[in-house]
Amino acid sequence: MATENSDYIILVQDINKTYGTGFQALKNINLEIKRGEIFALLGPNGAGKTTLISIICGIVKATSGIIIADGFNTVRDYRAARAIIGLVPQELHTDSFESVWATVKFSRGLFGKAPNSAYLEKVLRDLSLWDRRDMKIKELSGGMKRRLLIAKALAHEPKILFLDEPSAGVDVELRHDMWRMVRDLRAQGATIILTTHYIEEAEDMADRIGVISNGELIIVEDKEVLMRKLGKKQLTLTLRQPLGSIPAGLSAWPLALTEDGQSLVYSFDTQKEETGIAELLRTLSDHSIEFKDLRSSESSLEDIFVSLVHQPKENAS
Amino acid sequence: MNIHGIRAIYHFEMARTFRTLWESIAAPVLTTSLYFIVFGKAIGSRMGEIDSVSYGAFIIPGLVMLNLLNESISNASFGIYMPRWAGTIYELLSAPVSWVEVVMGYVGAAATKSVILGILILCTARVFVPYEIVHPGWMVGFLLLTAITFSLFGFIIGLWADNFQKLQVVPMLIVTPLTFLGGAFYSIKMLPPLWQKITLFNPVAYLISGFRWSFYGVADVNVVMSIGMTFGFLTICLIFVWRVFKSGYKIRN
Repeated sequence: MATENSDYIILVQDINKTYGTGFQALKNINLEIKRGEIFALLGPNGAGKTTLISIICGIVKATSGIIIADGFNTVRDYRAARAIIGLVPQELHTDSFESVWATVKFSRGLFGKAPNSAYLEKVLRDLSLWDRRDMKIKELSGGMKRRLLIAKALAHEPKILFLDEPSAGVDVELRHDMWRMVRDLRAQGATIILTTHYIEEAEDMADRIGVISNGELIIVEDKEVLMRKLGKKQLTLTLRQPLGSIPAGLSAWPLALTEDGQSLVYSFDTQKEETGIAELLRTLSDHSIEFKDLRSSESSLEDIFVSLVHQPKENAS
Repeated sequence: MNIHGIRAIYHFEMARTFRTLWESIAAPVLTTSLYFIVFGKAIGSRMGEIDSVSYGAFIIPGLVMLNLLNESISNASFGIYMPRWAGTIYELLSAPVSWVEVVMGYVGAAATKSVILGILILCTARVFVPYEIVHPGWMVGFLLLTAITFSLFGFIIGLWADNFQKLQVVPMLIVTPLTFLGGAFYSIKMLPPLWQKITLFNPVAYLISGFRWSFYGVADVNVVMSIGMTFGFLTICLIFVWRVFKSGYKIRN
């Protein structure tokens, strides 16, 4: 049964996937996707992002666990579940000899929807494909093929759209067009889940972020919260006189000296009310350390991502 | 039932056929014409009648069967193998269609093409040889049933094959020899007794015999056996396809 009012449109419960070779691609994944959000699933290549998406969409069978999409079990009620999901795959899989119009018409029919030329025309126009509707797919550029895959995924008016690495191999213009389109879709009420290893993409668009590594979901958090929680600021002080080492009196401070001894780097937590900068500057003055410049910087989502992905390895070693 | 889904697959497959309409029609029509010139006119004129049917007319059902079996297998196997090879199968697997609907779309389109081809061959044959159809209803029945059964068989081959060579192996190495040895161009009764017995293990012999019976009212084996064998093979293919989809073999890994 569908539960329209539920806050979560997708519930992933205890999903495991072990391939025939024995490779465990997913390890006990639990994830909730909120209705109407843009969720970014980050992870390095081979982390299990595509496997998870493929299981939700019905392309790959899970070894164990269940998935509920808008109240429908994706295995037991697969018709209802799949009818509301659209998938834009990572690879440019297309039928080269088909026309643009024929292929979107095919996609709409395949997902059980009655023909609706007006809707398909709108989709193609939104994606700048209408003028190319009679062209064969093989005549389209890579970027246009990517747009076409999006058009195919939208042909049956899905509530949930999966974009698997949407920016792979596309130019800046198309990337920005796509981001605009994704925001428009969200404004119309769709839920978007995208996988990416372009941090910029997630940082720019996502409401929430999940990080997957080695088949495990390491963290799921609001983007802002994640950045606040794990983000660090750094204050870099360029010294008048280079130092050979950090003076003993400053050992209590989280300071690092650059290799050339020209700069001191002070890391501080953005969540704390007191940054400690004023006291540090006083202490430096007490030790007669003068500086000629100072600048602060905030860690990007990329830094957070890298630290998250590498953390388990470091802990293990 | 996802009627729109079945229709989408069917139209997609038929569109593929119509894109290569000239090749689809020209090759079998030319081949059939050559058979009639060689076997019907040149060699056939020196041969006596078989079961009171002229040799040229006698080979028509066998020739239609030969093309029907090969085309059904080739159409259906290529139809499902192409999306697997091109990667577009992701769309089929993520769509709200059951295996029955997928099979109806692909096999329906492959069988339609084969039946159209069968009718074309019959029309071409008419140019060379006069013939009659004693049981037209049964003829259409055999034509449809064989086209569906072997399209289903082709669909299985298309699921099994890992490369284009494998798509060709079964039609070339198994179906064509079985058709030639199943009495396409001769009556089984013309064989020595031992070979007659061996031929009874060839399932294609029953199809050709039943089909020929619908034309001339004469058969090498009992027509009920022919119908039974066709339905039997159809059932085996259906069970096999059902098992494949159920287990996800080579589709949903």
